[in-house]
Amino acid sequence: MSAGLCPVSAGSLPVRTRAAAAATRAVNGLSRRARAGHGTVAGGRVGLALDPLLLERLAAGRPTALVSGTNGKTTTTRLLAVAIEGALGPAAINATGSNMPAGHVTALAAAPPGAPAVLEVDEGYLPRLIATLGPEVVVLLNLSRDQLDRTSEVRMVASKWRRALAASPATVPVANADDPLVVWAASGAAKPVWVGAGLSWREDAVGCPSCEGRIGFAAGEDGGWACRCGFSRPPLDVRIDGDDVVLAGGRRLRVALALPGRFNRANAVMAAAAAAAMGAGWEDAVRRVGEVDEVAGRFAVVGVAGCAARLMLAKNPAGWRELLDLVCPGERPVVVGINARVADGRDPSWLWDVPFERLRGRTVVATGERCRDLAVRLRYAEVPHRTVRDEVAAVRAAWMAGRGAAAAGPGARRAPAPVAASSAASSEGQVDFIGNYTAFTDLMARATRTGA
Amino acid sequence: MSLEIVVVHPDLLGTYGDGGNGVVLAQRARWRGIAAELVDATSGEALPTGDLYCLGGGEDAAQTASAERLRDEGALERAVGRGAVVLAVCAGYQILGTSFAGADGRAISGVGLLDVRTVKGNGRRAVGELLAEPADGRLPQLTGFENHGGLTIRGPDVAPLAEVAAGVGNGDGTEGAVFGRVIGTYLHGPALARNPALADLLLSWATGRRLEPLDDAEEAALREERIAAVRERRLRHRVRYELGSSS
Ligand SMILES: [Zn+2]
Repeated sequence: MSAGLCPVSAGSLPVRTRAAAAATRAVNGLSRRARAGHGTVAGGRVGLALDPLLLERLAAGRPTALVSGTNGKTTTTRLLAVAIEGALGPAAINATGSNMPAGHVTALAAAPPGAPAVLEVDEGYLPRLIATLGPEVVVLLNLSRDQLDRTSEVRMVASKWRRALAASPATVPVANADDPLVVWAASGAAKPVWVGAGLSWREDAVGCPSCEGRIGFAAGEDGGWACRCGFSRPPLDVRIDGDDVVLAGGRRLRVALALPGRFNRANAVMAAAAAAAMGAGWEDAVRRVGEVDEVAGRFAVVGVAGCAARLMLAKNPAGWRELLDLVCPGERPVVVGINARVADGRDPSWLWDVPFERLRGRTVVATGERCRDLAVRLRYAEVPHRTVRDEVAAVRAAWMAGRGAAAAGPGARRAPAPVAASSAASSEGQVDFIGNYTAFTDLMARATRTGA
Repeated sequence: MSLEIVVVHPDLLGTYGDGGNGVVLAQRARWRGIAAELVDATSGEALPTGDLYCLGGGEDAAQTASAERLRDEGALERAVGRGAVVLAVCAGYQILGTSFAGADGRAISGVGLLDVRTVKGNGRRAVGELLAEPADGRLPQLTGFENHGGLTIRGPDVAPLAEVAAGVGNGDGTEGAVFGRVIGTYLHGPALARNPALADLLLSWATGRRLEPLDDAEEAALREERIAAVRERRLRHRVRYELGSSS
């Protein structure tokens, strides 16, 4: 650890900052007890009103990493906090969804002085946080379109990241080299760490951010890319090779993950690379991230009205594509849930950018407040489905349908299919649920209460 | 003979899910036994010859790039001259006009297939449910989601697609524009998923056939819900207004 990062005592903070931090904790405590919220944002707002410099002051003297990107922020933030725990101790980390300054203040006010901070940051807020906090490390995952009725254009976001990083030379970006927009943002920095983390959604990345020409991608997910102007994928410092991670010097480590999916492997490797940049050992970081088996309810198997459901969250076409890759091929019934509240984006037209055709042949139930939009999408994808607006009832319906004929006679259980006999024991009666933000959080809240 | 449905520049005009319009047209043709080919025509290649063209919404820089490409190429005008059908949404609608406002407010020349021009609006973006009463009385109400900053001004030669019942549309109480077999609109959703009758109108123009009805129960349920949501919101607004003014 460098000298500038030694822990400071609370006594070195100005009185106003100490008072504001105390108010943050008090309001959050009250709001938790009153069940008015999760107690993550209200206190932070009060604290920032009392001391506008609260965030900088609370962050001063801590090893700090910021994590941003369209998809994987929450998971990677958690994985990075776990990865550095051995080297730096428990980290201050913001609760899921509270990825703007009030949420960051809340996280830091609750942490002991000098504890490291790993903060998930909204893409739009990242430049401001880089400027005010001057973090050691910034993890840049990917950039693609998110909520359509927001007006931030992904290219503009990349340019703002680029300017902020160029103005913060001590900050090390740990950047996904497979995403041209991320590379554009990070290549202005002094010493980026390039990770070949993959990119399955390229629709937002074909236009060259350097010359407006077209970027060509090599065949296959792990291929490089280049534009005629010379802008191309930089040489990798870290790459993924099957189950292994390979470092620039040729060192190879096995990454055994409890979390499923290619994208979680990418998140884990990004987290381990960031941890290494913060001083953790690669081996220790990789071992620790491997043990994480759920993040804020994602991928958790929960009880819903007596059925076992694996909960997954996808907020945009790129995220949906990743999760459809994960559940297909497979044979579990799939419940897809869509809401269109402010937090989800109010226009669900992006459903037509999701290849739901892949669900053909599966038992599919459409649910959520916008289940009718989803039903029409599935009709044109020629995916037979049922539409059940209530999410719990939808999981129940899918589970019953998945048991097929066995549901006719009570107690007449039957293995789902002979081909997957070995995995059937663990997945029998399980339903995969994929929802967008509030559809996911609503079902998670109800599942916890059910406690089945 | 197969119906060629071309989705124009999905790499530039694919930001708002409007590529779904092509899927809806192709499926509704196939379900009636009409062979249909769906072609994604990216901006890097020449625009293929087609019977139906769909343009969607996109970001400012992409919209300008697409307009320049289409103008230079001239293939879309030639296709319309041959009788091709065009549905253009949002940025695509603006591109078909004579000019539109670029990111810096400067007027950029459009393709000129519709006698409309689009200028920068006065501040607030129009974002929300759009409900409109079609000028063509054979079509039912049009429902969709609008998301744009421009005001579109019609010239004397072009008729509006509909009168706005809720939302903003062109900005003068009308929504969209029709000229011959070219339709421009601000409806996302995508438009044809939420308005299958409009999809069938375009298909009947392209095939010259009367089309037998399909079982559109799921589309009907979606339409009913979205139209009710608009009414409910207006009712809430009115109640708030009346409560506010009485106090
Ligand atoms: Zn280039």
